[in-house]
Amino acid sequence: MDVLDLTRLQFAVVTIYHYLFVPLSISLSAVAAGLHLTWMRTGSERFLNLTKLVGKLLIVTFAVGVVTGLVQEFQFGLGWSAFAKFYGDVFGPTLAIEGMLAFFLEATFLALWYFGWGRLPRKLHAATIVVVAVGTLLSAYIILAANSFMQNPVAYALDPETGRAHLTSFGELLTNEVVLAAFPHTMAGAAMAGGGLLLAIGVWRIAADGAFRTLARLGAWLMLIGGAMTAITGDHLGKVMTAVQPMKMAAAEALYETTTGAPFSVFAIGKLGHEKPFLTVEIPHLLSFLGTGSFDGTVQGIDDLQAQYAAQYGPGSYVPMIPVAFWTFRLMIGAGVAGMALAAYYLWASSNRRWKLPLLPAFLQMGAGVPGWVKRILLLSPLLPAAANTFGWVFTETARQPWLAFGISKVSDGISPGLTSAEVIASLAGFTLIYGFLAIAWYKLVLHLSRKPLAPEIPAETADAESVPAY
Amino acid sequence: MITFWFAILVLAWVLYFVLEGFDFGVGVLAPFLGRDEHERGAAIRTIGPFWDGNEVWLVAAIGVTFAAFPDWYAVLLSALYLPMVAILLLLAVRGVALEFRGKHDSPAWRRRCDWLLSGSSAGVVLLWGAQLGIFVHGLALNADGVVTGNGLGRSLSPLVTPAAGLGALAGLLGTVLLGATFLALRTTGPVRRRAVSLARNGGNLGTVGLLLAGIATGSRLTLVAAVVCFVAGMLARRGREGGAFTAVALGVAAAVVTVFTTHGSVVLRSTLDPLWSLTRTQAAASPSALRLITIAGVLILPGVLAYQAWSYWVFRRRVASERIAS
Ligand code: HDD
Ligand code: HEM
Ligand code: HEM
Repeated sequence: MDVLDLTRLQFAVVTIYHYLFVPLSISLSAVAAGLHLTWMRTGSERFLNLTKLVGKLLIVTFAVGVVTGLVQEFQFGLGWSAFAKFYGDVFGPTLAIEGMLAFFLEATFLALWYFGWGRLPRKLHAATIVVVAVGTLLSAYIILAANSFMQNPVAYALDPETGRAHLTSFGELLTNEVVLAAFPHTMAGAAMAGGGLLLAIGVWRIAADGAFRTLARLGAWLMLIGGAMTAITGDHLGKVMTAVQPMKMAAAEALYETTTGAPFSVFAIGKLGHEKPFLTVEIPHLLSFLGTGSFDGTVQGIDDLQAQYAAQYGPGSYVPMIPVAFWTFRLMIGAGVAGMALAAYYLWASSNRRWKLPLLPAFLQMGAGVPGWVKRILLLSPLLPAAANTFGWVFTETARQPWLAFGISKVSDGISPGLTSAEVIASLAGFTLIYGFLAIAWYKLVLHLSRKPLAPEIPAETADAESVPAY
Repeated sequence: MITFWFAILVLAWVLYFVLEGFDFGVGVLAPFLGRDEHERGAAIRTIGPFWDGNEVWLVAAIGVTFAAFPDWYAVLLSALYLPMVAILLLLAVRGVALEFRGKHDSPAWRRRCDWLLSGSSAGVVLLWGAQLGIFVHGLALNADGVVTGNGLGRSLSPLVTPAAGLGALAGLLGTVLLGATFLALRTTGPVRRRAVSLARNGGNLGTVGLLLAGIATGSRLTLVAAVVCFVAGMLARRGREGGAFTAVALGVAAAVVTVFTTHGSVVLRSTLDPLWSLTRTQAAASPSALRLITIAGVLILPGVLAYQAWSYWVFRRRVASERIAS
């Protein structure tokens, strides 16, 4: 691998890792806020206990999100300094505004909430966690707007002297049609991620306390509704993407020829190329519907697009890695559907209501209870949304190749000049080692926190020490 | 406009080094000033609600650098690639050690977190200090504004210069004093006693060291730092802990301002040829980008300062480090 590939690998590893924790932080902060408000309204101890538990899970997840996010903020200068210079005017203000507007809010108010039990007036205290939840949404929106610029550059002008991109309107950057479509989709994916974690913890600890059943069902609902929302929003996102980057949709189906009423392959066995693979299972007309909204719409093929881009941008290959695009797109959807199915089954089987349906085997009856072997599968439910989120990003980013920002600059032009392979290998090793270690510590701590008995005690570390003010 | 943004940028870095400086200091000192798990917990609790908000000043500082001076951001980070990555990794360990420590009940877990926190805090401080030293000294920028070289040495070699060494030592001294005076201000009991005595002795030792260094090098800044050290030690001795902390904070702030302004309008000095240095004007973003962040900054930052100040007010009580018989 040369420096460019190594730097890309490093960017991918570090960013994907960050994005394992981010969706959890986004959804857990919303759940914590919801539980806190429910406790305020009902006064029920069960909700207080759950608020505290989710709060602790949020704090430890947020910590990993913060320290890995910090790395992200530096990545553009470390490995991609040519990119940073070229797009400094677009990305710099966006990242700076994100930090000032959202990150300060999240960090300060999360601390005020976590350490604020008994120190702040009740209503003000509840407001602090709502602020945190809003802050995570803000930061997600702004960073997605930056990413959407790379998918569909808007609101810029190229400086004739320096050849650099200048931002012409921040408002336009924030209302890029791609971010308008990607934000609801990623937030739905985030809801699934948090739902999966809560479902697994709830199922694991259900024997210990009735509150865990509430947690499990809350998680399952989040996963189910989030999953349905990813499908609805993903459908819209697919249409926007087909309009701005038709090559991506063609690559996602390995569709070489322009086709009217194109089918969607559920899976394929064999080589993806000009010839039909050995075996495919296809749903007729579905690709046309996904891409254009009409079952008889025309989807452009890879060959036509390649010829068109070569004429437009000069010679070269404009085709991304087809198998990666094909499989990541399917695995994203597949993992999401599997997660939804698990959640739906759990809600059905653990329901308090009973409803005998003819023909169904006993364990599939409503309210029949969840057998042990299904419980063990449910413990894996956090992995499915995490996989779907990761595949979604790998698809989004790799199927944009060879472009860094679509149509204006290529990946190979973005790397830092002077950077050596040895440096990137050393840093990649460092990231792998430290990030691996963080993941193990996080996992151990989540198990430990979930295993503790639920109790409304104020943890020692937030207890009021003494009434002497320091200032 | 460019000067205005340069001032904002220096302000952001000053706030970062002062604010995160004291929580670095507390991190370094916690296992030394706290004799047992309980006392260490108390020391670390003094920064529990603040460290994350402080660290966002780094996000803000680097974000403003990127926004207002994109070339500076690009050249600096890629030239100092490995030291920067090392800082980020150490910061990752540090943040997680801090946040994870109190969430587990096992004493072994907590002990491990304490030492990870202390070690990574010290590492970060040494590296930041070295970077500031390198800033003053300059980098081997060629005509294209790029540092070239082979293998790992390209970005590691600037670390093994006297300027970097001096910077690292100064960084450690500054943060230890900040940490000690902060702990003196925010705790009661044995940790407070030890912190006061460290601030006193550290202040005296620092004064003597800086005085000698200042006379030897003729640097006015070092002499000023010596005076600050002396004042801080004196205030700590008199039980004026707030004053002592303020004195050290002002000293650190002055040092950072000096580092950023030593070369006038040159933001990155080239050691190969002064003509290849990067200047403020060359590095600056376009007027439209500067205008955008000016508006955003004016609208957002006063609010940030207000709610951060409020959080320091909410958590103003001292943390008890003595055990209360139950
Ligand atoms: C739990 C997570 C999850 C699930 C179940 C799905 N997605 Fe997704 N998808 C993501 C999580 C995600 C993501 C990680 O959030 C991505 C990556 C970039 C983005 O904007 O969202 C994404 C990207 C992404 C893109 C690429 C956008 C672009 O490149 O501009 C499309 C077309 C879809 N999705 C469509 C779908 C469809 C049709 C789905 C189901 C029927 C679906 N996704 C389920
Ligand atoms: C958390 C969400 C994100 C994930 C998971 C992600 C994932 C990836 C992956 C997998 C690659 C490697 C692509 C390849 O090797 O071809 C990549 C490349 C890249 N991404 Fe993203 N990305 C994310 C968000 C962003 C954002 C928000 C930006 C910009 C603001 C961005 C900028 C880049 C750049 C500069 C590269 C390197 C060029 C390239 O190889 O394509 N990414 N990203
Ligand atoms: C590659 C570009 C990215 C950069 C530069 C970046 C930067 C950061 C930084 C610096 C933090 C820590 C903030 C703090 O100190 O509190 C952070 C956390 C966060 N990021 Fe990212 N990020 C990136 C990708 C993403 C993406 C794609 C999303 C969402 C779709 C996202 C959403 C968030 C959220 C919600 C948080 C706060 C929650 C948490 O800390 O876990 N980020 N990010």
